[in-house]
Amino acid sequence: MSGLTIHDRPNSYIGRSVSRPNIRRLVEGKGRFTDDMSLPRMLFAAFLRSPYAHAEIVTIDTSAAEAAPGVVRVVTGKEMADVCSPWVGVLTHLEGLKSQPQYALPIEKATWQGEAVVAVVAETRAQAEDAVELVEVEWNELPVVADMEMALDEATHVIHSDLGDNLAWQREFATDGIDAVFEAADQVVEETFHFGRHTGVTLEARSILSDYDSSEEQLTVYLATQTPHMMQTLFAKHMGLEDHRVRVISGDVGGAFGIKVHSYADEYATVALSIMLKRPVKFIADRLESFTNDIHARDHRITARMAVSQDGEIQAIDYDDVTGVGPYSVYPRTSGIEANQVVNMTGAQYACPNYRARTNVVFQNKTPMCQYRAVGHPILTALTEGLVDKAADAIGMDPVDIRRKNLLPDDGYPCKSPTGMLFEQLSHQESLEKIVQMMDYETLRKEQAVLRDQGVYRGIGIATFIEVTNPSAMFYGIGGAPISAQDGATIRLDAKGNIIVQTGVTEQGQGTEAVIAQVAATALGVTMDKIKVLTGDTDITPYGGGTWASRAAGVGGEAAAQAGHALRQRILEVAAIMLQADAATLDIQENVIVDVADGRERISLAEVGRVAYYRPDTLPKDFQSELMVTRHYVPKDYPFAFTNGVQASYLEVDPATGIVTLLNHWVVEDCGTVINPQLVDEQIRGGVVQGIGGALYEECLYSPEGQLLNGNMADYLVPMAGEMPDIQVAHVESRTADSELGAKGAGEAGTAGAPGAIMNAINDALKPLNARVTRQPFTPERILQALKTV
Amino acid sequence: MDKAVQISMSVNSEAVNRTVEPRQSLADFIRNELELTGTHVGCEHGVCGACTVRLDGQIVRGCLTLAVQADGCTVETIEGLTESGEIADLQNAFVTRNAAQCGFCTPGMLLTAAELLVADPGASREEIRKHISGNYCRCTGYQAVVDAIESTARSRLGEAS
Repeated sequence: MSGLTIHDRPNSYIGRSVSRPNIRRLVEGKGRFTDDMSLPRMLFAAFLRSPYAHAEIVTIDTSAAEAAPGVVRVVTGKEMADVCSPWVGVLTHLEGLKSQPQYALPIEKATWQGEAVVAVVAETRAQAEDAVELVEVEWNELPVVADMEMALDEATHVIHSDLGDNLAWQREFATDGIDAVFEAADQVVEETFHFGRHTGVTLEARSILSDYDSSEEQLTVYLATQTPHMMQTLFAKHMGLEDHRVRVISGDVGGAFGIKVHSYADEYATVALSIMLKRPVKFIADRLESFTNDIHARDHRITARMAVSQDGEIQAIDYDDVTGVGPYSVYPRTSGIEANQVVNMTGAQYACPNYRARTNVVFQNKTPMCQYRAVGHPILTALTEGLVDKAADAIGMDPVDIRRKNLLPDDGYPCKSPTGMLFEQLSHQESLEKIVQMMDYETLRKEQAVLRDQGVYRGIGIATFIEVTNPSAMFYGIGGAPISAQDGATIRLDAKGNIIVQTGVTEQGQGTEAVIAQVAATALGVTMDKIKVLTGDTDITPYGGGTWASRAAGVGGEAAAQAGHALRQRILEVAAIMLQADAATLDIQENVIVDVADGRERISLAEVGRVAYYRPDTLPKDFQSELMVTRHYVPKDYPFAFTNGVQASYLEVDPATGIVTLLNHWVVEDCGTVINPQLVDEQIRGGVVQGIGGALYEECLYSPEGQLLNGNMADYLVPMAGEMPDIQVAHVESRTADSELGAKGAGEAGTAGAPGAIMNAINDALKPLNARVTRQPFTPERILQALKTV
Repeated sequence: MDKAVQISMSVNSEAVNRTVEPRQSLADFIRNELELTGTHVGCEHGVCGACTVRLDGQIVRGCLTLAVQADGCTVETIEGLTESGEIADLQNAFVTRNAAQCGFCTPGMLLTAAELLVADPGASREEIRKHISGNYCRCTGYQAVVDAIESTARSRLGEAS
């Protein structure tokens, strides 16, 4: 066997922009999304949902609904609880985090507008929805906790009286002597940032089709999810089944972004209904149900300050955060992680030793909040970079210069942040210099100055960031969540010389299957067309965590690399016998066994397959070929593989209308090994636009009564093609030594950095007008308010 | 419920006869009655464009059009356009440029783009962006989609000249 690493393999696919093997069916309309599935005797579920943000369920009359055409069953919370047990969304490593047991359908009261209360199952979706209209519920309205700022006030109603108060979790971190640092500082800048509550708006709504076969006690759930094995375990646990009696199949998933990494009450309810009825039951959320039930994120108010010396040394950061997470901590990942990430990583790209963070995570009567793409990063990046720009302005320093001075030096690794985040190797300085060149910073500043004299207000905003990827068990497993940090790949050679790869990581359009195929093809020495990748089925893939926290390429890819190496060795052992050669003198190149020495072609992979499977009688009696291998991988040396990057925005603000026009956007990102440049760049671009959505357009607006005011896609704005700029992307490659592949995650970096860059650019544009905005999204109205014109 | 109505139409060049409820949308009819699942339902408000299909040669929102409105009409969906090869170049450009990620918006996006390619193959990037602004994509950030449409337009112009 050749001693080459995956980076030195001949005909390597690492670093090549090969097309995704699974994209063709999507462009031909042959995708296999969950709602495209139909099963014999399939029924449809619809839910009566609470019209109130907080109300006691006094009585429920289901008689008219039960008599409606096509209705098979109407189920309330009490009956539902006989089949599906409740859950509590806490993890032990978030010490003190508390939540109330949550039921698939609530029994006593509804705690947010849109919570499913009664399930109706009928022969068609239309019949089920018609019958929902006939269910009579008598409600007793309860006081609503809408404003997170008031959730902890003495006078505020406590949502779950068992819990004693509305405080879900609290964390405080402080380094020694920080008050003295602020007192002695040359300059202290202060700012309050508001981050608007928004949601993922996957174009495919949450979708589930659950089928229960009582003869085999077998539950099969077709589910649009990022985490099939986690959902298998959760459905088994709460339905009282063994894990191996539950199969979760995730076909094509129409956008996920973290929305489909959680478990949802209406999905448990659908599974329970299929068990009750012993028939397939489908539930596809409509858009209003999506807006009121898909997790929301980012609802934070942060008051912060930064100490800086006159010569530009960032000396201390201090902030106070309150975040409202809805009435329950979401199961099983909890609603404390976003605030926790902000505590862990704020300011961590800078060599700033003095740090204090305080966060209160509070309950309120709004849709539950949980992890959404880039979890916490857009908040902590905007918070940090907003303060840095304000500090630079206070001491009259250029925004690039203050970052040059304070960003961690590229030769200072490994190192630790004040909160203990361990950085293996980052490239802040090189990335910053690269983006300064890409955008031609000096020229842009001159252009900006010239245009300002002409009454045109353009701004340049920069945001440096770190991103946590490739998590070990320190993220969830350590706290007791049934979430796998390790992942596996099973690879086999078939009798015709093709390769089948089964992987525990999943595909939602990122290109997971392409990346796994590239890695496997490279490790083996075969061409991409020989490879088929299977994902998203708990019955056939190795146990794994799925796709989240930018782990698919780095963790799943490494497992595929190691499995590929092992299978190549097994294949070469068979070939060596057939050729009466030493396996160490052979290799596989482009589907052919070759001599390492001179590359001479010996026999094809298909010939090895033929002999191993059909003519094993021609192999020695004491030899058994094993042409299917499994390897697993979990990061061990570092709890997380941190990545870094920097984004820059160039935009124009119209002071008359408050409208922001995005002119250009640049990203330099370091995700270690870039396996497929095109796919990485498209992850970055898509992520940037999602970040821009949060910065400029997207917000779940609520009335004081806790009613969602814009639960449709006409009123909730998302980025459209016409408003988005082209985005220039470049890379620095600092590989992680934790794996042979060296790949870190890339899926969330775009979203992490964009809002901070946009905010800083807007404020740079508004500076000559003495206006600032810090409340996201930066709508025209808010900009005009800052300009005091409305 | 309103009385069911008998309708007939041509869908992807095949004659179709069905009895439907007057309230059924064209998108639901295509997906549920005809089992042509390439047409997707995203927002049910006529905003996102995932349900875009052709009705008598014009693109329409399948979620805002009733199946009964298509009685006697010609309907074309992504399956029909794929089968005929009409947009094979555009589909190839989407594959090469990775202009689809999750693929849920893609069929609607392709139908909208196909209209522009016929009407104005010389469209600028800005005009392309404007034209597809009624089709939401949450994954790509649109740049790859614009690139794919632009390169198809340019090669069509090149072939025509």
